[in-house]
Amino acid sequence: MSTLEEKIDEAKNLSMQIVKDSEEDRLMTLSVGPQHPGSGHFRFVIKIDGDYIVYVDPDPGYVHRGHEKMCEYRNFFQNIPHLERPVIHDSCNITYSYSLAIEDLIGITVPRRGQFIRAIASELNRLVYTEYWLAIYGIFLGHSTMFMWPAGDRELIIDLLERLTGHRVTHAFNIPGGVRNDMPYNFKEKCLTQVNYFEKRLKEYEHIFYNNPLLRQRTEGVGVLSKEDAIKLGVTGSVLRASGVPYDIRKVEPYDVYDEIDFNVQYMKTCDSFARAYVPYLDMIESCHIIRQLLDKIPESGDVREKLLSNVKGPPGESFKRIESGRGALSYHIVSDGTSRAYRVKMSVGSFRNLLALPFLLVGSKLGDMPPIYWSLNYWPVEADR
Amino acid sequence: MLKELLNPNPANFNILVSKLSDVLVTSLEEPLGYAINWARVWSLWPVHLETACCSVEFGAASSPRYDVERFGILEAFGSLRQCDLIVVQGTVTRKMAPRLRMVYDQMPEPKYVIAMGACAITGGLYLDSYNVLPGCDGIVPVDVYVPGCPPRPETLIQGTFLLQEKIKRSKIK
Amino acid sequence: MDNQIESSPGKNSIYISHDILKSLFEKYNTKIKIVYDKRNRSKIMVEPENLVETAIFLRDHYGFDHAESASGTDYPKDDKIEINYHLGSYSNQDLLPYILVLSTKINRNDPKSNSLINIFPSVEYHERETYEMLGVYFIGHPRNERFLLPEDWADIPPLRKDFRIKGR
Repeated sequence: MSTLEEKIDEAKNLSMQIVKDSEEDRLMTLSVGPQHPGSGHFRFVIKIDGDYIVYVDPDPGYVHRGHEKMCEYRNFFQNIPHLERPVIHDSCNITYSYSLAIEDLIGITVPRRGQFIRAIASELNRLVYTEYWLAIYGIFLGHSTMFMWPAGDRELIIDLLERLTGHRVTHAFNIPGGVRNDMPYNFKEKCLTQVNYFEKRLKEYEHIFYNNPLLRQRTEGVGVLSKEDAIKLGVTGSVLRASGVPYDIRKVEPYDVYDEIDFNVQYMKTCDSFARAYVPYLDMIESCHIIRQLLDKIPESGDVREKLLSNVKGPPGESFKRIESGRGALSYHIVSDGTSRAYRVKMSVGSFRNLLALPFLLVGSKLGDMPPIYWSLNYWPVEADR
Repeated sequence: MLKELLNPNPANFNILVSKLSDVLVTSLEEPLGYAINWARVWSLWPVHLETACCSVEFGAASSPRYDVERFGILEAFGSLRQCDLIVVQGTVTRKMAPRLRMVYDQMPEPKYVIAMGACAITGGLYLDSYNVLPGCDGIVPVDVYVPGCPPRPETLIQGTFLLQEKIKRSKIK
Repeated sequence: MDNQIESSPGKNSIYISHDILKSLFEKYNTKIKIVYDKRNRSKIMVEPENLVETAIFLRDHYGFDHAESASGTDYPKDDKIEINYHLGSYSNQDLLPYILVLSTKINRNDPKSNSLINIFPSVEYHERETYEMLGVYFIGHPRNERFLLPEDWADIPPLRKDFRIKGR
């Protein structure tokens, strides 16, 4: 009898030992790789324990094309086509920041009508980018209507941009000195009617998408980034505004004509994924108001461009300029040494800065919450790799 | 001759069977081949692999305006074992190249490749960058080249029509 | 020491920047050099040993809490690599539009620098990218590894001036 009890105790001790040794074996390593319907051109390695994520390691660089090195072999104007390729559907914003930095270095100002046209193109591009971002959010959540409606509505704005610049995406419209050409003759009326119709369509999104109980359940309370953490991690753009910090570069450090425009900075205090999905939508409605004011105030005629030599020499010095793009603060640091080619060009993009929040938010959450958290950080992989 | 063939003689029986099978194969090859090609042409499913920036125009091609689903091109969000088309969208970098080859090897036969954009054909704007391959020809065998930077969605649809012509003319093994 | 100050109609940050630069000078005297002081932008240059001390002073007294970008520039003629940190503030309302560039020059043949990751956690990925692109080793950073380049990269760091791209 005692031997039987002893044997049972011994067996129990052994089995406890086996469970303890294989603690590490319980973790499973997954590679959410570049071929995945839920990740885009980006890979991250995660280790999961049952259903909870324990360790995240991002691995960007699949689209690293070396823009900063290529800038050193081309003069200031030849840099525009390849610098707008990181985000091809938001290209007027990337080249806006670059042109501002070059103009600051050389010391010229753009004529007033050119500044207004630049601002109109920048706001239209913001609308196009945010619509595509919402469409892909729909794919990640498995909501195919949320892909079709924004993807169809953005074609209205792409029509306008095609009229203005000549191409659907990658416009190459902003150059150092102004814009490339003037608006066509009835662009103002056409733009006003399209933007008004677009705003009516936007109002319907609230009923269908944001009041949808499934979307709310999947995104509310998920991936909470508190205000102190957001400031400490240095995130930017709509992620920062969804955590309660009303910081928008168009209000804080107005560039060009933004100090004459009256608009509100949209921010929310609940810091979860639903707020990060809702703030860009509110930004889009603000953009429509801004476009209407800009079309009102634009001067009737004038130059749109300050002509420069195509191989203009930059004086020795540095400049640092930033603007607010669809993803956040986009800044350029340009060092010049007196020749017609830049010595060093450094782009600091919003996606790369927001990437730091990804391991912070994913650790401890469930595997099914990964798509809403990952895409709500407003991360565009091609831009983060440059 | 018929009387000879119908004689139950082993040598003649073999000749009868081989002549019958020839007749069967030549009569059925054409309509069966036509049917199989018709089925393949109108249901090309692409793999969800986005290589670089042309993926925005591919996404716009699936939008309601340039609806590419009416030609059977449905992005099957399942595994890549069910797909038969791979669209190389844009620049292929040195880091992405082995993964592209791995994905191509895992797809079942028959499979087709469309090279979309100037960067996938010859390297495009990024020819002198340190991390970019000059074209994806060296990695996967390409069937159709679609030029443009980025190509408009209508150009992509014309590229798929060319691919469909190519498939219709191919023989069934 | 050269300051070129552009005159601009009474914006608060001009006085703040004078304030900051004056107090930095009082505390550290000759160890700091002002490179330029424009509207909303100033740049100071410190020695590599005093980098961490200056960063802690800026964070505690003035509320700089994140880095907008951090990178380096290669100067093979002087045999130096210059490292720049662009610091900004989200919490201090007077300093919202102001960016201070904190820079230091280190030796090109043995590039090592102290990492600011314990003071500003937002520089983690920027310093890792500077390590792989310029070859600068950051003492104190948990992962000095390859980030964006392919796994089989066997060449010198790409952003150095002696790395020529093919054909040019």
